[in-house]
Amino acid sequence: MDVEILARVQFAFTVGFHYIYPPLSIGLGLLMVVFEATFIRTGNPEFEKLAKFWTKIFALTFGVGVATGIVMEFEFGTNWATYSRYVGDVFGSALAAEGIFAFALESGFLGILLFGWNRVKPWVHMVSTIGVFFGSMFSAVWIVVANSWQQTPAGFHVVGEGMYARAEITDFWAMVFNPSSVDRLTHVWLGAFLAGAFLVLSVHAYYIVRGRQVELSKKAFKIALVVASVFSLGQLFTGHNSADGVAVNQPAKLAALEGHYPASAPADMYLLGWVNQEEKTVSGIKVPGGLSFLLYYDFDTPVTGLEAFAPEDRPSQVNAVFQFYHGMVAIGMTLIGLSLMGLFFWWRGTLFEKKWLMWVFVWSVLLPQLANQMGWFAAEMGRQPWVVYGLLRTSDAFSAAVTANQLVFSLILFFLVYSLLFALFIYLLNKKIQGGLEHLDHDQSHPRTQAIAQNLIN
Amino acid sequence: METFLGIDYPTLWFLVVGGLFSGYAILDGFDFGAGAWHLFFRKEEERRVALNAVGPIWDGNEVWLVIGGGALFAGFPVVYATLFSAMYIPFILFLLFIIFRAISIEFRSKEEMAWWRKTWDIAYSVSSIMLAFLLGVVLGNLLTGIAIGPDLSYLGDGLFDFLNPYALMVGLTTLSLFLSHGAIFLLLKTEGQMFERLTQLARAGMIAFMVTFGLTTLYTLLYMPHLSDFFREHPVAFLLPLAVFLSIANVPRLASKRLYLRAFLFSSLTISMLLMLVAFELYPNLLLSSIDPQHDIDIYEAASSQKALGIMLTIAAIGTPLVLGYTAFVYKTFSGKVKLDEHSY
Repeated sequence: MDVEILARVQFAFTVGFHYIYPPLSIGLGLLMVVFEATFIRTGNPEFEKLAKFWTKIFALTFGVGVATGIVMEFEFGTNWATYSRYVGDVFGSALAAEGIFAFALESGFLGILLFGWNRVKPWVHMVSTIGVFFGSMFSAVWIVVANSWQQTPAGFHVVGEGMYARAEITDFWAMVFNPSSVDRLTHVWLGAFLAGAFLVLSVHAYYIVRGRQVELSKKAFKIALVVASVFSLGQLFTGHNSADGVAVNQPAKLAALEGHYPASAPADMYLLGWVNQEEKTVSGIKVPGGLSFLLYYDFDTPVTGLEAFAPEDRPSQVNAVFQFYHGMVAIGMTLIGLSLMGLFFWWRGTLFEKKWLMWVFVWSVLLPQLANQMGWFAAEMGRQPWVVYGLLRTSDAFSAAVTANQLVFSLILFFLVYSLLFALFIYLLNKKIQGGLEHLDHDQSHPRTQAIAQNLIN
Repeated sequence: METFLGIDYPTLWFLVVGGLFSGYAILDGFDFGAGAWHLFFRKEEERRVALNAVGPIWDGNEVWLVIGGGALFAGFPVVYATLFSAMYIPFILFLLFIIFRAISIEFRSKEEMAWWRKTWDIAYSVSSIMLAFLLGVVLGNLLTGIAIGPDLSYLGDGLFDFLNPYALMVGLTTLSLFLSHGAIFLLLKTEGQMFERLTQLARAGMIAFMVTFGLTTLYTLLYMPHLSDFFREHPVAFLLPLAVFLSIANVPRLASKRLYLRAFLFSSLTISMLLMLVAFELYPNLLLSSIDPQHDIDIYEAASSQKALGIMLTIAAIGTPLVLGYTAFVYKTFSGKVKLDEHSY
């Protein structure tokens, strides 16, 4: 196999694996803040248990996230040297800002979050939890800014030629607020909140059907259900904004998302389908003119299709892009449906009597994870053949110094290590969940509790 | 070319990157050193104490690697790209050992079984040793030079040419430096029997470092004359190597007086001065070509635009005080001897 394909496979594998964890950190971070704040405000020790329990789960995901994240930062240099030289002037500053503004905040306060329960005042611990949560949110900001610059480059000019050609930054804020940053960042944040909320829903639904810590689990479930409902509906807006942006800035990607070939014609929207790349047709269930309507509120407005682009400027895997995109959308709709169903039965007062619904929630944890992965695959494969849209081709971007043998070696190692890591993660996660909250029973004599009690009296 | 305090931006950025990697070497250096000694502690409680000594801070220490890597990428993309792709195997191994070390710390305490804990103890110790060694090997290659040809091409075999004798020596020197540094750190965090044992281990570490460092220095002077050019041209710069020797000698002196905090500070100073020495030997180059000095990459060819460096300096000026602030706060919170509680590893 050639170096380009191997390098792409390795990057996709390592980043896909990594991306299981950061959304969980962000989403659980939000809920940890809510739980701990509720505890401090009400002094109800049950919420301290919740905060401590979810902090332990958080620690597990955070650890794997950091370890696999460091790989990503250096993989640009090891595997994409030409890319790194080309974009360093612009892309590097976003990455460095991530390190200094986000990761440092997150990791600095993590120690206190995990080990500081008995060492610092309750409010200092609360501030640390918020610091870690904000750190993870900021981290997403800079990483999405960097990636969005690859999708819709702005605030730069190109200098030099051949091996020495590179993009130089001309306007930092134009780079940060490039045309797709905000749409994509909000979409990513909400996707992360959903990943966290559905993990909390899943675990507490499990406790409820198993009859463990039922009252507390019901409280946690309701909080997470509100979070899930708000943000699954919110994804409709951020998703729609992203698609509008793609239509304007990356028309070839938009055409690939719906498998729309004609150079200029009203475009359909498929609920599900299959793209025949040879015959340039899509078969499936569609809303005729649906894509035109979503973009222009009119079923007959023409949309630029793949044939408007030279074959070498189109994504080569149209069907894959189509499937990933439609999978993501379908899951998004399912999450809205599930959340609203939960709210409905809550309103009727029968939510926790529906065993089957609880079991659906137990397994629903996989859905946001799948949607996050599919969304990124659609975004990144839809950007092809460009690594920086319209500027640098992926086939020109990999490391000339690295051989196929080296790549096979590293790919095998990553595969083995990550498989082991994943198996251990699942094993320990399951163990923590089975271990439950019971052992986190509250110690009334502890100075921390007394301090909080004292605060409430004052 | 724009300047700040009379120093041009690429030079300034060279200092920033150097400062970040010094910080990283000092901080993760004691982590690696403590980890490297891990199997020398026989009792379960001792191993837990050793692990919890670095437990709340290792992650914050690794931040310096992330920031240093980002700063190198942003400030000197040409060097970042050329170095990492040319040194593919050692860097991939480094990353995998980083993963192993992180998960060993995280996973070890999650089960009671003896075999489980023993497995993670071994993984933790081996990965700490390998990380220290690999950092040194990469540093050694920076000093000997990499097979860089015309147009930033890489002409080495990409497999084992990073394992040259000089790089191996620098690797061992780095490992023994971190062994000594880590043992002194643990002396600050332990009590009783373990403390007494560590005084011996620290002594062994210091002796190992002095021997390997002496040999490496000799080798450098005899076989790598290009590295002392700067010092021959600027005799006053000889003060730096002199200061390095004094600082190195001061560590065992303070340790024998049982002034371990001061010994640790001088050990940290030693690390940063050794890296300064490397910086002087290289400047204004960043990557040396082992093929032809014509292909050396200096900071001016490698640097990002003035605009980018200016932006980055602003980011660093805002970010650094913040990072130092919460690092200091976390270290203060967890200062003193390790006390195990229900939240410990």
